[in-house]
Amino acid sequence: MNATFQGVTSQDYKYGFVTDIEADSVAPGLSEEVIRFISAKKGEPEWLLEFRLKAYRHWLTLAVPTWAKVHYPTPDFQKIVYYSAPRPKRPQYASMDEVDPELKRTFEKLGVPLHEQEALAGVAVDVVFDSVSVTTTYREKLKAVGIIFCSFSEAVKEHPDLVRKYLGSVVPYSDNFYAALNSAVFTDGSFVFIPKGVACPMDLSTYFRINNKESGQFERTLIVAEEGASVSYLEGCTAPQFDTNQLHAAVVELVALDRASIKYSTVQNWYAGDKDGRGGIYNFVTKRGLCKGKASRISWTQVETGSAITWKYPSCVLLGDESIGEFYSVALTNHKQQADTGTKMVHIGRNTRSTIISKGISAGESSNSYRGLVKVQPKAEGARNFSQCDSMLIGHTCSASTFPTLEVENRSARVEHEATTSKIGEAQLFYFQQRGIPAEEAISMIINGFCRDVFRELPMEFAVEATKLLSLKLEGSVG
Amino acid sequence: MLSIKNLTASINGTPVLKGIDLEIKAGEIHAIMGPNGSGKSTLGKVLVGHPAYEVTGGVVLFEGQDLFGLEADARARAGLFMGFQHPIEVPGVSNAAFLRLAYNKKAEAEGRDELDPLEFDDFIKEKIRLVAMREEFLDRSLNEGFSGGEKKRNEILQMAVLEPKLAILDELDSGLDIDALRVLGEAVNRLMRPDRALLIITHFPRILETLRPQFVHVLSGGRILKRGGPELAVELEERGYDWVLEEASAGRGV
Repeated sequence: MNATFQGVTSQDYKYGFVTDIEADSVAPGLSEEVIRFISAKKGEPEWLLEFRLKAYRHWLTLAVPTWAKVHYPTPDFQKIVYYSAPRPKRPQYASMDEVDPELKRTFEKLGVPLHEQEALAGVAVDVVFDSVSVTTTYREKLKAVGIIFCSFSEAVKEHPDLVRKYLGSVVPYSDNFYAALNSAVFTDGSFVFIPKGVACPMDLSTYFRINNKESGQFERTLIVAEEGASVSYLEGCTAPQFDTNQLHAAVVELVALDRASIKYSTVQNWYAGDKDGRGGIYNFVTKRGLCKGKASRISWTQVETGSAITWKYPSCVLLGDESIGEFYSVALTNHKQQADTGTKMVHIGRNTRSTIISKGISAGESSNSYRGLVKVQPKAEGARNFSQCDSMLIGHTCSASTFPTLEVENRSARVEHEATTSKIGEAQLFYFQQRGIPAEEAISMIINGFCRDVFRELPMEFAVEATKLLSLKLEGSVG
Repeated sequence: MLSIKNLTASINGTPVLKGIDLEIKAGEIHAIMGPNGSGKSTLGKVLVGHPAYEVTGGVVLFEGQDLFGLEADARARAGLFMGFQHPIEVPGVSNAAFLRLAYNKKAEAEGRDELDPLEFDDFIKEKIRLVAMREEFLDRSLNEGFSGGEKKRNEILQMAVLEPKLAILDELDSGLDIDALRVLGEAVNRLMRPDRALLIITHFPRILETLRPQFVHVLSGGRILKRGGPELAVELEERGYDWVLEEASAGRGV
């Protein structure tokens, strides 16, 4: 364990405050007392408090992970405020005229409707706009088929047995440093439950989730699909998301029972810091899906464009026989961004299959790494994996790395790995220009082509937005 | 149409064009010939604005406009086209989408209507017949996995789509068998009009049997050493380049 870090975590909490249950927030820092406060504040059952405390005690024994190819000063975990009552995260503006013109330009380029622009930028909206009624209709429709889609806190209150059964069943609190931290202090997130045999009639989007105003820095998501159920879940937003919290450590757990299918799509565009690398979110996420049942299927699709640092490996544990895990990823870094992202496919059941398609795009002075593990356990007879990891470099000052690991312990397994690195060189760009196509449009077309295998996995609307987002992120990177 | 006066250019600081003069009028077909490494391809690439080359001197007017005042994409939209010797492969970008975007950029610049995918489909089907290309090549990624000949076919298809005023064709014959060369040569001939011009860059005179230039220029060491009519191409076919170089070194060059 890192000595300095141990010094910080092992010392007694020197401010020794008395917890005031009526207070809206606690002083910065983390202790058992703070965790008890959070749990009490949220009116949680005893078992959940125990879960948090166990996680916290375990976290104290862990060191900040340093194996990823990212560099950043270790956050001071005693300076973070772990609970505060919901408050606007961004400055409030009286009208759109006060909003940063750069942000407005971005919204316009992305084609975000005006009322959404207002909500995203933090303009105080007086009118109760349509999404409220949309949300209600939406909820009723889901309820009619027995689907639960609510905030995590709400689920703890209304469906405690379900939460208790599945929480930590895919990502145990002891999993890693940031997962332990999240398990100890998470404040809210999403809960989805699709009962047996139900195909969710619509894509579930965080945008429409009730109580979504504070996603928070320690978000917790749990999605359960029972036998034969299916759901497509969309996380995120292509519009830039600002947040005053620099450290984000979310945990997402997916559970698919027999023949169930979960498709989880993310477009991540957190604030990436300025061109010189000042500011920006540290995004340290643990996402994992458990294909628990026979012939179940979990598919991760991600488009990662934001954050100063991304540390994220959406993974699948293929426990059920004939289960399928998929990972489709586009990670784009520019300026001083650093991303270390990839997946783990753990084949446990027989005839399990996995597919990994990873596209890394680096520009500016950024660093972009793919890190993947394909593990075939001894009993995974007939397991198959196909991995393709392609990197594209734009300019001369960025870097791309690929760290694939294969651990195959069953002779009947078939594992294929392909990797390429290409450059949007002057030559490629020049070819487009010689046909009358301006550089910006050429880049957009080339990048879009490069990412095609991933974009076609996204819901149509997301794919269109993602395309625009990538072009926007790369503006001015070439030529 | 194109007027080049004392053009000099270098790559990474090394001079490669050392004073080129060339006049091309509408309706004319010119051939630039010369041994390998003579600077023939360089001349073409400099004209269309390849970023690897630096123009160090001279004036080039295209349709009366200062060519070097335009970005590469603007030169293309103004009607300058280059068929490349080694067209680049672009995975994931469909050939049809690329052709349509190029067409629409030019249409937009000229104030003509852009074509939607359905309209373009009808338009492009006419064009692929001209170069005898199979339809499936439209749906494939741009030049990806195309044979040398298929890439050249695709270059001429692009020329047919863009209908440039001046087309520079760099080593069109390399990688082509005799039948494909005839098909593409005839396609280029059919695209010729009195208000258009061609600049053919070639090492071998064979292509000139189909394209029949009125003017032949021999380039070596970054300079034009000899000029003539079609008969010069025939002479080069028979005697090679050495005699031209010898003449030039004896001080009798143009």
